[in-house]
Parts: sequence; structure tokens; C-alpha cells
Amino acid sequence: MMSLMTQKSIPAKKPLSDWFRRNVAKLVVAPTFGLIIFFVYGFIAWTGYVSFTKSKMLPTYSFEGFYQYIRLWKMTPWNVAMENLLVFGSLFILIAIVLGCLLAIALDQKVRAEGVLRTVYLYPMAISFIITGTAWKWILNPGLGIQNLVQSWGWESFSFDWLINSEMAIYTLVIAAVWQSSGFVMALFLAALRGVDSEIIKAAYLDGASLSRIYLVIILPTLRPVFLSCFFILTHMAVKSFDLVVALTGGGPGYSTIMPANFMYEMTFRRNQIGLGAASAMMMLATVMAIVIPYLYSELREKKNG
Amino acid sequence: MKSFTQKLALTTALVSSIALGAVSAQAEPTAEVLHYWTSGSEAKAVKALKEDFEANGGKWVDAPVAGGGGDAQAAVLRSRVLSGNPPAAVQIKGLSIQEWAEAGALGDLTKLGEEEGWDDVLPPLLQKIVKHDGKYVAVPVNIHRVDWIWANPKSLAKVDGEPPRTWDEFNALADKLQAAGITPLAHGGQPWQDGTVFETVVLGMGGAEFFNKAFIEKDMATIKSDTMKKVFDQMRKMRGYVDDDFSGRDWNLATSMVMRGEAAMQIMGDWAKGEFLAAGKVPGKDFLCVPTPSNGGYILNSDSFAMFNVSSEDDKAGQALLARLILGEKFQETFNLYKGSIPARMGVPTEKFDECAVKSMNDLQSASESGALVGSMAHEIAASGAIRGAILDVVTEHFNSDMTSDVAVERLAEAIELAE
Repeated sequence: MMSLMTQKSIPAKKPLSDWFRRNVAKLVVAPTFGLIIFFVYGFIAWTGYVSFTKSKMLPTYSFEGFYQYIRLWKMTPWNVAMENLLVFGSLFILIAIVLGCLLAIALDQKVRAEGVLRTVYLYPMAISFIITGTAWKWILNPGLGIQNLVQSWGWESFSFDWLINSEMAIYTLVIAAVWQSSGFVMALFLAALRGVDSEIIKAAYLDGASLSRIYLVIILPTLRPVFLSCFFILTHMAVKSFDLVVALTGGGPGYSTIMPANFMYEMTFRRNQIGLGAASAMMMLATVMAIVIPYLYSELREKKNG
Repeated sequence: MKSFTQKLALTTALVSSIALGAVSAQAEPTAEVLHYWTSGSEAKAVKALKEDFEANGGKWVDAPVAGGGGDAQAAVLRSRVLSGNPPAAVQIKGLSIQEWAEAGALGDLTKLGEEEGWDDVLPPLLQKIVKHDGKYVAVPVNIHRVDWIWANPKSLAKVDGEPPRTWDEFNALADKLQAAGITPLAHGGQPWQDGTVFETVVLGMGGAEFFNKAFIEKDMATIKSDTMKKVFDQMRKMRGYVDDDFSGRDWNLATSMVMRGEAAMQIMGDWAKGEFLAAGKVPGKDFLCVPTPSNGGYILNSDSFAMFNVSSEDDKAGQALLARLILGEKFQETFNLYKGSIPARMGVPTEKFDECAVKSMNDLQSASESGALVGSMAHEIAASGAIRGAILDVVTEHFNSDMTSDVAVERLAEAIELAE
């Protein structure tokens, strides 16, 4: 009787434990997967739906078509915000990559105390944008910072008032953001430079190529993946930038330095315009998508071919 | 299992209803109060209310949400209402009271209001703010006057200046101050501060009727009128009277510029008085409070508590007690002495209030009678958050660029139309 039972119970148990063993990875991932589906993609879908309604203080659910989008693009502050994103984004990405790359090449020349220098350049990344913004607000304030300092040295006519000039204030954001991020870009490039095969470089030397030519023709082209990574990391930082604006300029003077994220916050949480806020959030998502989808597409295709 | 939970729920309901029945004879008034008064004199003022409430047998559940001038609180409130569990009393003001009332989220205090005779003690404009469809849905706590000039008498004396009574006098005085090397106007370049100055100029140059037509009725002819262009001309002049570093400055830093004599005047609501008093300055001697030129006008800002729909008897009793206390003479006096504002009800004894507050009380009375009393646009009494934001966008852009007045009124009309 006993032996019969054990014999029977073993085949009954085995498929279950087998199934468990086969699916343990999926089971472990499932809860987080579910949470992400709900809290990220679910809420993106919800926001997308709300952007097609006339929601004001509280969300409503009657479909109104593109009403909010039409309104959005008629509003001057939104157009200013999108222009700012374009100016800030392109300058920030370009300068941070060029500067980061040059710093990395400079550090790659086997300089003394490289470890210290590397840390010095990388350190701003450890600071939050709020702190960066506040510090630069003081540095750039004409009455407190650089202008005041230079004038006190005797150059009375010196003027550096970008922070309070609505035409130039957007560039102060570029300065602060580049200061913060170029060290990080440098670290990425430095790691990649160390990975370049030194045999190739030695061979090029023997062939009589100059240092600048070696970098331009041989080394930099091999760093293409790093350029791409930097580009995407910096792009999403630019689109998301919110705290730097709040701390450095507060969107001012006027609203000349607002970014789409600031606009979205203002509309949704201060002006009780949830529908309009949702529409602007969807536009930000579309901006990111416009950059990420071609990238993903090319990456996936390359893998298939490779 | 299911039947067990059902039984459990039934017993709990039974027990609690018995308990409730036993208590309701002497109902324990409970009020959860959601507010954003978390610092300085405001926190003290709320504490005074809490102590008063508890001394009268109430149970106070404090729900402070710090930060963002109420933005953070608005997010909390929204989710609480959507989840069907609103706090009993919430610190909201102006047109958001009407918005919440339209959403059907507010309770009705009309019976209590009749018993307490609120119709007789509240200024008519204030009644309009806290009533929806003729029913009381909120209680006002205080009245702030927005249209003040805070002046440093020593700076004015240096140019033999008198506080201005018209905007022309203001400009003349400012020119003299500037020639003497004193910054005429201490100002912080933040949209709401630009808006505060703007609305005092609108009231001063257009009068109360013009003010209401522009900001409440949103009448396009008024908004595009020559008077509005003159208002923007004056704003352009004001831009010349502020110092170079005004961009982004907080209002209290501008106040301390007046205190130190670096600047002669600041246009700001009477919360600025608290800064002077905290620094040990004496009104009339170390600083002057004079209304901005407006021919007897008065721009009112008022904080209030809206009473949300609650179901339990305890909560209802709590709301009634809270509302009664808030509009009681005793609390109106203590609270507003802390906060620097004036009582929301008329007829509170004036002895303990300072010179500026007494002037504010008298002016309120006369402005209310002459019809020159208006609700603040920049502080969301006369205009909703969306309209206010749209107006402030244009005002602040004009102030920080070389936009002409003609373009500014066109942009103002456009922005208001889009915001609705």
C-alpha cells in the first residue's frame, strides 16, 4: 500500500517541479513585468486617452478629438518651450559630446595624476540638477557672480547678464547642463579609448601617421557605439530637463526659458488643465519616440544581419 | 470563508452603529483639516485655530501638505476626492471653491450661516466668493489687501517726496528717486509678482468696473481698449524703475531692499508687513503703508476653508464647529494678528491691530460701500487658475521684453481666449 502510493505520487509531482524549473525565470520576472505594464504603459495609455478629452480640474472621459492638441500648438508658451528644447537640446548634446571627447583624448595621453583629474571631471555628475542650477544661478547673477567679480577687478564696463536677458537666458541652461554632463561623457569615451587595440595604433605610428590623423581616421570611427550611447543618454536628459530650469531661471525672465516638462507641470498641477497637460506630455513622448524608434530599428536590424 | 467575512462586516457595522448611537448624543466633532500653512506666522495662526477647536471639544486631525504654495496640496486633494474620501475642511480659495462646488464635492453650510448671521457680517464680495448657488460652501479666514505700496520714509525724505496719489505722481517721484541714485521700485521678477503690480495698475488706471470687465467678464473690447494699452505703457515705465538684478528674486528679498533703504518702494500685499514687523520695524516710522493710486479702490485676497461632503455625524459636527469658530470674533482677531491680515468679518474691535491693518479695515468698509472693492486676479480670487496663468504669461513676457503695448493687448486677448 505504502509503496503504491509513493510510486503514484512521484509521477504526479514531477511535471509540476519540471514546469517550475523551466519557468522559474519567467516567474521571477513576472511581478515586475506586471507592475511595469500597469504603472508605465498603462498610465501612458491613460494619459493618451485623457489628452483627447476636455479634462480640467478632474479627469473626464468624453472623447473630444484633437481639441487639446490644436489649442496646445496655438499657445505661445508651448511654442517657446519647443523652440527652447530644440536650441537647448542640440547645443547641449553637441557641446557635451565634443567637450567630453576632447577631455577623454587629453586624459588618454598618459598624463600624470590621471585618476585625480578623472574624478574632478566626473564629480559634477554626482550632484543633482537642483544644486547645479542653484550654484550657477549665483555664479551668473550679474550682481553677485562673474560680472560683479570682473567689475571689482577694475573692468567697469564688463557685462555678463545672460541670466536676466530673455534672449540669452536659454544659453545659461546650456552652460550649466554641459558643466554637469561633459565629465560623464568623458568617462564613457575614456573607457572606450582604453579598449582600442594598441597594436593598430603602433602600426599606424610605424607607418608615419601623425597623432591627430591616428585619432581622426582610426580611433574615433571605432568609437561609433559610444557616440550613439552618449547621444541617446543626453537626448533623454534634454527632453526631461525640468529641475535645472526650476532652479536656475525659474522659467524666466518671463517664460523665455521654459521647457516642455515645465509647461506640462504648470498646466496640469497649477492651472487645472489636465487635458492640455496630457496633450503636452504626449508630445514630449512623441519627441523621444521620434529619436528612439529609428535607433531601435537600426540596432535590431543590424543584429539580425550580423 | 465568504460568509465569515460577511458576518464580520455585519458585526462591525452593528457594533459601530451602537457605538455611534451612544456617542451621537454627545457627538465628538472631528475635522480633518488639509492646509499648506506650515511655516512661520502661518503655522502659528493654524495652531491657534487648532487649540480653539480642541478647547471646544473637537478632535482635530492635522493634514498639512508643505510646499509649492498649494500645488502639492491640490494634488493630494484631487486624489482624495477621486477616491471618495475627502478631508472635512480644505484650505482653498477664490474660484477653485466654485470649481469644486460645481464638481459637487462641497457640503452646505447655509443653515449654520443663517443661525450665525453671516450675511450681515461678511462684505458682499466675500459672500460671493464663499457661496455657490446662494449656498455657503466655504468660510473665509482673513482678508489680505493686495494694492499696497510699502515705502521707506527716509528714502522718500531724501528727495522731499510724498507718497503718490496718482500714477503720474508715482512716476514723478520715481524719476526723482532714480536721479538721486535710489532704486525707486523693489521688485522680484516672478510672474505672480509682475501680475500683482499689473493688477494694481489696472485698478488704478481703469477703475473697479474696468477691472471686473477685463478679468471676470473677459470682455474683449475692454481687454483691447486704449485704457489697457495705457496700463501696459505704465508697466513699461515700471520696468525702468526696478534694478538690474530683479529677475527671479523672491518677494521677501525685495521687501528687505526697502527696509535697508536700497530701494524706496515695493508694491506687494500686506504679507510684506510681516517681514517689516519681524525685523522690529515700526509702521508709520520705519516704513509707510499707503494704497497704490486707485481713487479709493481695494484689491482683496482672502484665504478660506471649503467644507467637503462628509457622511459621518462626527465629521459634520466637526465642520459646523470649525466653521462657527473660524468666523467667530475671537478667532478672527487672534488669527489675523498672527497672519498680518485683517478679519474677514466686519466689526471686529480694532484696538489690537496696527496702523496699516486699521487703515485696511476702514478702506475695506468704504470701498465695499462705494463699489470700488475687487477680487485679486493675480491671487486667483477674480480669475481661475487657467485665466490667471494666461494673463500672467503675457504680463511677464511684456515686462521682460520690448513688446509694445499694442502687441501686448492683442496677445492678452488671444491668450485669454485660448485659456478658456
